[in-house]
Amino acid sequence: MGSTSCQGWSNRPMTLFSSLRQLADALGRGDCTSLELTAAALDRARRLDEALNCFITLDEERAMAAAKAADRRLQGGSAGPLTGIPLAHKDLFCIEGWLTTCASKMLATFTAPYTATAIARLQSAGSVTLGKLNMDEFAMGSSTETSHFGPTANPWALQRTPGGSSGGSAACVAAGITAAATGTDTGGSIRQPASFCGVTGLKPTYGRVSRYGMIAFASSLDQGGVFARDVEDAALLLSVMAGFDPRDSTSSTHRDPWLESVPESGVGRLASGSLTIGLADEFFSEINEGEQRIDEARRALEALGIRCRGVSLPHIRAAMPAYYVIAGAEASTNLSRYDGVRFGHRCEQPASLTDLYERSRSEGFGAEVKRRILTGTYALSAGYFDAYYLKAQKIRRLVAGDFAAAFGEVDLLLAPTTPGTAFRRGQLTDNPTAMYQQDVCTIPVNLAGLPSISLPCGPHEGLPVGVQLIARHFDERRLLQAGAAFQQATNWHEARPPLEGAP
Amino acid sequence: MACGADMDADDIDIDHLARLAALRLAGDERLAVERDLRRIIALVDEMQAVDTQGVDPLAHPLDATQRLRADEATERVDRERYQAGAPEARDGLYLVPRVVE
Repeated sequence: MGSTSCQGWSNRPMTLFSSLRQLADALGRGDCTSLELTAAALDRARRLDEALNCFITLDEERAMAAAKAADRRLQGGSAGPLTGIPLAHKDLFCIEGWLTTCASKMLATFTAPYTATAIARLQSAGSVTLGKLNMDEFAMGSSTETSHFGPTANPWALQRTPGGSSGGSAACVAAGITAAATGTDTGGSIRQPASFCGVTGLKPTYGRVSRYGMIAFASSLDQGGVFARDVEDAALLLSVMAGFDPRDSTSSTHRDPWLESVPESGVGRLASGSLTIGLADEFFSEINEGEQRIDEARRALEALGIRCRGVSLPHIRAAMPAYYVIAGAEASTNLSRYDGVRFGHRCEQPASLTDLYERSRSEGFGAEVKRRILTGTYALSAGYFDAYYLKAQKIRRLVAGDFAAAFGEVDLLLAPTTPGTAFRRGQLTDNPTAMYQQDVCTIPVNLAGLPSISLPCGPHEGLPVGVQLIARHFDERRLLQAGAAFQQATNWHEARPPLEGAP
Repeated sequence: MACGADMDADDIDIDHLARLAALRLAGDERLAVERDLRRIIALVDEMQAVDTQGVDPLAHPLDATQRLRADEATERVDRERYQAGAPEARDGLYLVPRVVE
């Protein structure tokens, strides 16, 4: 079977470049089966993954078994909103019985004994798990080059990175292997790769999506989210994944009737006449490439009747240094669990318990993970705690306060997602702090726990550019309605990479 | 400077930090990590220019406090399953090198 798996309602071939809603419609009408769709996705993954390396695990047997079960549900009339649709998940989400590596040698043979809540909800809604996706080791990176399983390529330019840390997820969706994929965003790890690969990437409000079963990096910043073809699909996935989970003590109890109505009614129309978007110079001064595209995106929104005005976020520049202290501190604590005793890599023939700990960790962790752990250790060590860790947490309050003040004047913020387009592999690997600059426009959002989405807004010299919208806590409604309105007025999200063999 | 302490990226004691983090660094790797860490600390030292006098630290992005639950046993301990992934376990115990002679 080729990648054109079955015929859609208008006799156009249904492919994995279709949206989730189109695939669900086609499956519901019986135009195609989940077995056909899943086989097509597997086939495409196998053909493209030699060049892309976006999968760490591809499991044909399990995927086909899940597809068969989905077809029975479809025939039996008990289908959920995602029944029969293949999805792939960042290899940071635990799925029971699946290899779950976090792209680290430390967990290279770890089989998860339980399933992350977010994934369990996607599976209950009927989705078929195709495989687990490549990423930067322990989600620490902005290029998917630190993976123990080798780097992922950008489908738009194979010698360039897809961004990171969720680079495998972005590449998988951009290449039309699956219509959507999960990711996580600690400092930009969904939005930056979405921007580099020309797909829609949603980071929800902190606490919206349960972190249970997400391998922890920085617990006060990590948030699960999605990559999709468009905003409507991202909203559909969020409606399935979101919701209170007693197994995550930071999971929010916030109820959102609007979000619950999304599978039935979509995101709904934006009341654009009453909406104001803020633009902060502090973000725009970071742009190196693609400024014209961001400017056109603003004008497209203004053409919808949305007012735009300047706002000031005076402490944003300090967000990045504060982030690397807070994320490092939380990482050094979270990653202390990898001790070579209960799970994960163990060194050969340890001479003592200390030898076991030190050699297991030194062999199991890659260079960037060690840098983050040591940065955090430094910031938390005796004599430095006040000057670094507490200082960073105080700056965090100032950054959150800047956003709160801006949201007193405007409903959404518009900003570049990244300073530039996808960079070449190897370009920044020898310079960690230059790599850290990649996330300068996304990090402040994580410090404040806000929801944000990156939308494709056209190419710059053949590479995708992303524009970021940011909303108040739990105001995904306005965020996604504005994003959907933008995508109705533009078609940048429909651009496909010039991949060999792409239908 | 607001926070008093004498910050200087040159005073990094890489061996002390590695010990605290239970990492072993030697040779070229130790030198490379030390060089990178100096750069990173120099970057994070940009924080020191910000006046944070009278600002309270923010640990949770929504300024929420930890939710507590009733003190009830909710998980079933499935030791065999959880120990299946251990490098070395026997009779329900994790095995490590001898600690006490």
